[in-house]
Amino acid sequence: MKYVAPSSVEEATSLLSASPSAQVFAGATDVVPQLRAGRPAPELLVDLKKIEELVSLKSDDNKWTVGAATPTAYLTEDEAFSHEFPGLSEAAGLIGSDQIQNRSSLGGNLCNASPAADSVPAMVVNGVRAVVAGPSGTRVLDVSEVVTGPGQTSLDDDEFIVEFEIDNMPARSGDAYLRMIPRTEMDIAVVGAGARVTLADDGSIEQAALALAAVAPTVIRIPDAEDALVGTTADDATLDAVAAAASEACDPIDDKRGTVAYRKQVAGVLAKRAVLIAIERAEQRNGTN
Amino acid sequence: MPRTHITTVINGDETEFLTEDGTSLLNALRDEVGLTGAKEGCGTGDCGACSILVDDRVTCSCLMFAPEADGTTILTVEGLADSGDLHPLQQCFLEGAALQCGICTPGFLMAAKALLDKNPDPTETEIRYALAGNLCRCTGYDKIIRAVQEAALEMRGK
Repeated sequence: MKYVAPSSVEEATSLLSASPSAQVFAGATDVVPQLRAGRPAPELLVDLKKIEELVSLKSDDNKWTVGAATPTAYLTEDEAFSHEFPGLSEAAGLIGSDQIQNRSSLGGNLCNASPAADSVPAMVVNGVRAVVAGPSGTRVLDVSEVVTGPGQTSLDDDEFIVEFEIDNMPARSGDAYLRMIPRTEMDIAVVGAGARVTLADDGSIEQAALALAAVAPTVIRIPDAEDALVGTTADDATLDAVAAAASEACDPIDDKRGTVAYRKQVAGVLAKRAVLIAIERAEQRNGTN
Repeated sequence: MPRTHITTVINGDETEFLTEDGTSLLNALRDEVGLTGAKEGCGTGDCGACSILVDDRVTCSCLMFAPEADGTTILTVEGLADSGDLHPLQQCFLEGAALQCGICTPGFLMAAKALLDKNPDPTETEIRYALAGNLCRCTGYDKIIRAVQEAALEMRGK
């Protein structure tokens, strides 16, 4: 394996186009274990962290821009970002230990294409966009369009994500992410649930987004639950409908972390709880903060 | 296989070494630089025995390719003591018997140092979370947590 660290997006895409067996990486926290588990070694390792845009976190009047290879520790350490997107910050902060947090990235977590990726439901409910670079320029994808199955993405071999764009959190809106694991830290989600709501002036829910991880081949949105929430104040009957819709939408696997029945039930419980946290945060974000 | 020339600062000294590109930083530190403090437990970022500080951030050296170290500043457990005087963390691990076989100790020391550098007065819960990426099969962790608390106390007193 030969290592290269291009310093520009153009240099990286031309390296990828010229080398069919190339592997891009950011923190390598998934790539190294996969290579050690016997995945064929690429000819070329392309380290994206020397490209300035890929390791940056900035905001303007309309949006946040997060470099795809930016360590997730930068997100959780940034008070302004974590205040505006507490759910996304918490989801990013759940990926592994401090050692991993200093290397893991949103781009890596997404493109590794694990169904259990913690940051992905939180990105999906926040409508995050991925700016994808390739040999003929850049294109913009909704994050929900990137992963197509376990280990599979819609990106071509010579494409990679440069950065993520996240529109500013509107007033009276909030997000949340909850994860169930059998221990307190350092495990892979049995179920992950991301929620975001926007409240109307009368306190009812104007917009709702709910996404689940680890219960289907990709992260899934739950439109039936979202529809059930809109126009309500999330009373008990509505929350029961949310839980039922979440459980119903699951198509999980049985494995050592949880059975199909267990995952379905936990999906409903986490969906309800995530929605309630998002509502509480939305109530606190009244437009003056 | 051609070897790549890497220039770093390790434990305060400018250090150059040659490495194959696919070699982990951990193996380069151990086999090329001769610093065998960092250990390989799992090789996949789960156990933390290979923890070092790279540009002041704790990381698993087994998950880094050696060429990534070019231009960085690295601290390994060998750089923790100050001219023969043990670091308070090392002294407290020793006095509190916070180790038995010792394989995990260099990683725990570096993770604990990273914690105390940014949070000189952590709660027990904060210490436990900060050390969640380090596994120990001997101690049951309690003596490790107490040693870190003791070292934090001592370091704040200075």
